[in-house]
Amino acid sequence: MEMNRRALLLTSAALAANVVAPEAAFAQEQPRRGGIMTVHFPTEQRILNPSLQASTGVYIVGGKIQEPLVDLDAAGNPAPCLAESWEATPDGKTITFKLRQGVTWHDGRPFTSADVQFTAMEMWKKILNYGTTLQLFLEAVDTPDAHTAIFRYSRPMPLNLLLRALPDLGYVSAKHIYEGTDIRQNPANTAPMGTGPFRFVQYERGQFIIADRNPNYWRNNMPYLDRVVWRVVSDRSAAAAQMESGQLLFSPFSALSIADFTRLGRDPRFEVTTRGNEGNARTNTLEFNFRNPILADIRVRRAIAHALDIPFFIENFLGPFAKVGTGPIPTTSPDFYPANMPQYPFNRAQANRMLDEAGHRRGAGGVRFNLRLNPAPWGEDIALWSTFIQQSLNEVGIRVEIVRLDAAGFLRTVYNDWNFDLATGWHQYRNDPAVSTTVWYRSGQPRGAPWTNQWGWTDAETDQVIDAAATELDTARRKALYADFVRRANTELPLWMPIEQIFVSVINRRLRNHSNTPRWASSSWHDLWLAS
Amino acid sequence: MPTLLIILAAMFLLLQLAPGDTVDALIAQMGGGGDAKLAEELRRFYGLDLSIPAQLGNYVWRLIRFDLGFSAIYGKPVATVIFERLPATLALMTAALSFAFSVGLVLGVIAAKRVNGWPDTVISTLGLIFYATPSFWFGLMAIVLFSVHLQWLPAGGFEDVAAGLTGFARLRDIAAHLVLPTLTLGLIFLAIYLRIMRASMLEVLTLDFVRTARAKGLDETRVMVRHVLRNAMLPMVTLIGLQAGTMLGGSVVVESVFSLPGLGRLAYEAVVQRDLNTLLGIVFVSALLVIAVNFLVDLLYARLDPRIGNGGAP
Repeated sequence: MEMNRRALLLTSAALAANVVAPEAAFAQEQPRRGGIMTVHFPTEQRILNPSLQASTGVYIVGGKIQEPLVDLDAAGNPAPCLAESWEATPDGKTITFKLRQGVTWHDGRPFTSADVQFTAMEMWKKILNYGTTLQLFLEAVDTPDAHTAIFRYSRPMPLNLLLRALPDLGYVSAKHIYEGTDIRQNPANTAPMGTGPFRFVQYERGQFIIADRNPNYWRNNMPYLDRVVWRVVSDRSAAAAQMESGQLLFSPFSALSIADFTRLGRDPRFEVTTRGNEGNARTNTLEFNFRNPILADIRVRRAIAHALDIPFFIENFLGPFAKVGTGPIPTTSPDFYPANMPQYPFNRAQANRMLDEAGHRRGAGGVRFNLRLNPAPWGEDIALWSTFIQQSLNEVGIRVEIVRLDAAGFLRTVYNDWNFDLATGWHQYRNDPAVSTTVWYRSGQPRGAPWTNQWGWTDAETDQVIDAAATELDTARRKALYADFVRRANTELPLWMPIEQIFVSVINRRLRNHSNTPRWASSSWHDLWLAS
Repeated sequence: MPTLLIILAAMFLLLQLAPGDTVDALIAQMGGGGDAKLAEELRRFYGLDLSIPAQLGNYVWRLIRFDLGFSAIYGKPVATVIFERLPATLALMTAALSFAFSVGLVLGVIAAKRVNGWPDTVISTLGLIFYATPSFWFGLMAIVLFSVHLQWLPAGGFEDVAAGLTGFARLRDIAAHLVLPTLTLGLIFLAIYLRIMRASMLEVLTLDFVRTARAKGLDETRVMVRHVLRNAMLPMVTLIGLQAGTMLGGSVVVESVFSLPGLGRLAYEAVVQRDLNTLLGIVFVSALLVIAVNFLVDLLYARLDPRIGNGGAP
């Protein structure tokens, strides 16, 4: 009963927030049972279990089969899922979760605190990416009874940080499936078993994954759908055609081309939106290698930032789904977003002046110096952005050579071999700066760890602010510390994050109750239904 | 066999030259957040902590025992992974080759019979257009026309999994899914076949035995089918043998556009993900397939031209 009321509130909140959206017209519609949801699955994954790998490619499948302790509600606040309630001791070192009773795994065994203990200690702490850092100081999980899990930390863990991280990093796996096995090789990694609304049925490599309705789901009478089918479609244009022919009903996480977003957005059969992905914000980066003495000069880095006309680029290349970024914390994170931080608006004359001042006079052909730029191979926007950087910097006398590599080559060359001058890719913001943002700036990252500070830049004061914020329990003080962090990051400019984007969903309008939480594409879809 | 071993070793070394390994590719997929310990553990898990000669030695030793190893991307034996992909690849390849061969043959004959007439001009121009158009564009346009606008055929995939069809209905469904990819893949080869057929028909038509056959008073159809066609077929059959290999590798584009689970896409995926075992396994299986096809072609030669079968006597 409790849950139904919450689900209802959640839905009405989502509807209220989108009065102009056509969904409002269906507010009185009775959810229809049955139907098959077909989802675009662009790249195959080695693992489908979200307790072992935190990435959108895993959530889009595993997130329907397994569930986290905590989820996000429509407003983006932590909401109960497998955990019903939580509390922390004042010293922040003990956090107690009361678990939901009467929940069973898909094989019929009961879900208990032992599962939480096993998953936290063996998976989140040891294997799960971002989890290993988050749970670094987790010492033990006590289980006084079957429905209580007490997390004990050796250093204070801000409850808010944990609750915001758990929707992504808190998926629970069954102890009885994994205990005593080699976790990395367990067959359940590609045939996941969970407590979620859909039960895994079949994974045919290169073709499809199928999951069927779980008739014993703990949310009464849910889910509405009979079956979810993920279809592997690697070609963007082919996926757009399958959306149009109705073979696919949903394409998540910006997996179509920018031109198709615009085209399908005008088609009344589809909704093209960033709604439901607010929890998956990313910024486009411009990374500097300080081992190149030219770039170690802050005047050069600032001049480069000033040389880029971001509003022009966004308007002409990215369209309505991107906006000007202001630094490492995006505007989608009101709990931490600091206003009025140092910025670098487009000013070509100033860029030229700063480069002159730095002693880089124009030589033959108006060229000051040459740089190599390594763009990450994911995302059409990065390819466009790297060409735009090349042409913009050419205008101020910096000749840029673009070095394109595939994913493995890019990571190795930039983050392990440090063989680059400029690099550009995405920084993924995961609801709290401590999860995956501050690592881009904190010194002392192991060599080869991608998307971390591999620039050869060390700033003791920045390190101090980052460390203090990670264990600060007071919410207001924590926000102030992160404002300090952004101010320092934007002043010293070891890397620049001038564009902010949210993933784009393309959704067939037959779907109802979609995009109703900030991480809807990753979430369980228990209340999703399909109009006839 | 020695050739095969050299190819495999060369592929192995070539892939070592590409920066990054399968763990880098996996971390790219995870979106980061792994510490150094995790990467190290994964390298040990995939056997990448050994030296390159040791890795190569291990691979060859396994191959000798007919073990293709374990696929890093799919987490199962490479043999299983490849076997799962073979049906789609073979179905697409045989369908496209037969389509290209038969239609190319007919069009080539018509063009040769009416050489320099309007049918010849139309057919030759069409052939040139098919040959010059990139297959991904053909594929996408076919999807836009037949799947999106006319809604006659499915836009992609190997079968309609949601419907859960069985038996004959399932076969029909798969056939419907293969129509567009077959046409797309076949059209380019069709252009080649029809040019070859036309040229060799024209050549054979001028030979003495054709004149003799006509002088004997045989009717035109008989002359064409028994005498001209049979001799003009030899270059076509040669071409099939050569193209069987190209078709296996060349279908990456068509498989991607039509989301088919074939070997081409698997190979592409294996390179991007630096999955050595899978890639080498595909090379191995493709080589075997090409050898098998060429063996069949040799047999066909002997049937078409008895001189080839009996020790090369004139």
